[in-house]
Amino acid sequence: MTAETTPESNRRWRETKSALVSAACWVCALIVMTPLALVLFHLLRLGASSLDWTFFTQLPKPVGETGGGMANAIVGSFVLVGLAAAIGVPIGVLGGIYLAEYGSGRVNFMVRFAADILNGTPSIVWGIVVYALVVIPMKGASAYAGGLALGFMMIPLIIRTTEEMLTLVPQSHREAALALGIPRWKFIVHIALKTARKGILTGVLLAAARVAGETAPLLFTTPGNHFWSRSLSEPIASLPVQIYVNAIGPYDEWHRQAWAGALVLLFMALAVNVGARLITGRNNPPAIH
Amino acid sequence: MNAAAETDIRSAKVSFAPPNRAADAAFRFLTWLMAMMVVALVGLVGWKLFQGSRLSIQKFGLGFFVHSNWDPVNGDFGAAPFIFGTFVSSLLGLLMAMPLSLGTAIFLTELSPSWLRQPAITLIEMLAAVPSVILGLWGIFVMVPWLRDHPYHWLNSALGFLPLFQGPVYGVGILSAAVIIAIMIIPIITSISREVFRTVPQSQREAAFALGATRWEVTRLAVLRHSVRGIFGAGMLGLGRALGETMAVTMVIGNRPEISKSLFAPGYTLASAIANEFAEAASDLHSSALFELGLALLLVTIATNILAHLLIGAVGAPTRGQ
Amino acid sequence: MTASPIIQPGQPPQTPPSRVVIPPPVTFEVSQLNVWFSGHQALRDINLKIPSKAVTAIIGPSGCGKSTLLRCLNRMHDMAPGARVEGRITLFGEDLYSSNVDPTVVRRRVGMVFQKSNPFPAMSIAENVTVGLRLNGVKTKSVLAERMERALRMAALWDEVKDRLRLGALRLSGGQQQRLCIARALAMEPEVLLMDEPASALDPLATGRIEELILELKEQLTLVIVTHNMQQAARISGFTAFLYLGGLVEFDLTSKIFTNPSQQQTEDYVTGRFG
Repeated sequence: MTAETTPESNRRWRETKSALVSAACWVCALIVMTPLALVLFHLLRLGASSLDWTFFTQLPKPVGETGGGMANAIVGSFVLVGLAAAIGVPIGVLGGIYLAEYGSGRVNFMVRFAADILNGTPSIVWGIVVYALVVIPMKGASAYAGGLALGFMMIPLIIRTTEEMLTLVPQSHREAALALGIPRWKFIVHIALKTARKGILTGVLLAAARVAGETAPLLFTTPGNHFWSRSLSEPIASLPVQIYVNAIGPYDEWHRQAWAGALVLLFMALAVNVGARLITGRNNPPAIH
Repeated sequence: MNAAAETDIRSAKVSFAPPNRAADAAFRFLTWLMAMMVVALVGLVGWKLFQGSRLSIQKFGLGFFVHSNWDPVNGDFGAAPFIFGTFVSSLLGLLMAMPLSLGTAIFLTELSPSWLRQPAITLIEMLAAVPSVILGLWGIFVMVPWLRDHPYHWLNSALGFLPLFQGPVYGVGILSAAVIIAIMIIPIITSISREVFRTVPQSQREAAFALGATRWEVTRLAVLRHSVRGIFGAGMLGLGRALGETMAVTMVIGNRPEISKSLFAPGYTLASAIANEFAEAASDLHSSALFELGLALLLVTIATNILAHLLIGAVGAPTRGQ
Repeated sequence: MTASPIIQPGQPPQTPPSRVVIPPPVTFEVSQLNVWFSGHQALRDINLKIPSKAVTAIIGPSGCGKSTLLRCLNRMHDMAPGARVEGRITLFGEDLYSSNVDPTVVRRRVGMVFQKSNPFPAMSIAENVTVGLRLNGVKTKSVLAERMERALRMAALWDEVKDRLRLGALRLSGGQQQRLCIARALAMEPEVLLMDEPASALDPLATGRIEELILELKEQLTLVIVTHNMQQAARISGFTAFLYLGGLVEFDLTSKIFTNPSQQQTEDYVTGRFG
């Protein structure tokens, strides 16, 4: 026996189906937002209490002793990001300038393709490559090696956002500058870069935040340091590595410090991300995938 | 108005700098050089990986990838357990992430009230900003114990007759790695899917509405049907990201180089193996085998990303401003 | 008016002999100018002499090559891929396109103002006016300040902006922005100012001010203005060139073009029989 379907009941069934699907999509969105909320919650619950003055100013204590902090790791992370930027920003920005201002179809395709490959390179691969490249010849890990690995990771991110931001500078500006007899390179440096500076800066900041959270490239290039590093040719401590080492270690005290370190690291990463949105004043900062 | 003398534009002579073709050429060359360094870097990465793997390639040949014994002590190395672990955890993670991401993307582009849209997008993109090690930390101490005591326990007792859910439930294992991977790749799949949906012109949706379609029918007909390629591409990109994930996976996968039928069994991925063993490699052959794992990982990731771009049509130039 | 066969719209004209004897000085002398863009010919055998210290208008329907001709005069096509320029143009007797002429130097002497104003957004008003000078090597602050004030006065903008020179250029109205662009060009103290439909994006009031400005400037500069507004050409120019489909139909005193043109096609255009 076939069920009789009137246009009315058919419509009602379709509407019900639609409502169910919409509800499912709402649920999906909620589910997707949950992990972040949970992570934040647990970090705050387990880490906030450990964030005192000593955490930010003291070195890790030897095994068995309580207290101490991650001061060297925090400073080390900043140092590494600085080193990384020293490599990533010049190559990325200048390369992006080439793509936006000088490059032509085929060369640009090749460069963008290469940048995409670099972007998709797993972070651990960067670790072993830079190990072979720098650590072996230098006969030891160093902050330089770690900074180099992170810098390599920044390049594809920065080159892409720089190209995007410069391409947004309208052609009419180029024409105006040309008509004033301004040399091409001066237009690029003094006018185009200035016009695009917010977007480029945002791209740099987001790339820096991204590499600041990376652990894998540092595992073999700068596995950590219990003390303050006296020079950049020594390994330097970093927050992500310190968190990792503490997390997989057997001591509760280490775990406690790991939560605290994670809270600091996450806070900094989120702060830069939010800050980037504020700088560009719009809600579509250059995409860092 | 303006007196002639006051507005005479001929004023004191200035000397302009003589035109400097060399400066223009030099700057252009500099930018070109930097762009070329990007290309050279790819070559460098490939070369270093090959160089490092040479010993292992010579010794094991292609059989390396199907051999399932990994024995540093006796110098016998095979990549099969890692390839298995990498693919199973990544594909499983993708399987879990895709519906959630698509549902979220549909929510964001089609269903969300406008006041909610931007905050929701921001929240989801913040998830992408969480460093892998932090997710791993949370994974070990919060997620895994909860999964072990609740869903896994239930699955193990209710469906334990299936090989998939058999065996001891440690908490860490392939399934947990898949869950963590899913969490990590959801933001990018959602983001790309959203962009794909946005390229569907509003007129298509309006036409479907005008024909009396329900909301879901509009989405299905006007949006999803034209976005199939893009959705596949988004999934591929997510997969590419999943394959390379190191820290969070290493922390929850259990790190045992075995192939097992059970989802609860510990496993090992290419990236985790390198992360755990490289620093204390027992021999040159061991290091070389690890390099070869890295090479394999890189090639697989590149292939996945190329496929993704073919599907989405990226690697294109950004459009010039007017 | 000589009886000539009606030339239908769509038919490129033959080049007439120059009917106007321009007494020296002449700013530009254009001979046998032909321009192609990726194989498509945009200008055909243009011969023209542009007089100094006067306003020459270039009129014609859309797509006839007015802007193309204008941009030949300051070598803007150097930047366009696929552009090919053949023929000879001299500026005060010197060959503009010879291989030992640097286009940068040309553009210091021949300034340009565009249809849509394009002040640089990342700069203040003051910085916009002096940018051409500064990026061409002029560093002395006093010179920059002096030139800036003169240029802004010439552009009839000084009184309106003198108290807010440090503000961003985009705060100004459309008409003010266009006058800012004119000031920016004038700061270079060019001998020629090319204007490509300078007022077409502006309201009538702002347009009027730009036209006033042009009439004042002609005392000191040669001005060549492309316009699609015939009444404007009649108001401000001393000489008019009528272009059609890439060819020069007629070039004469403005008064003659608009009251008693020699070519039927010109008469058809200026009386509005086609546009």
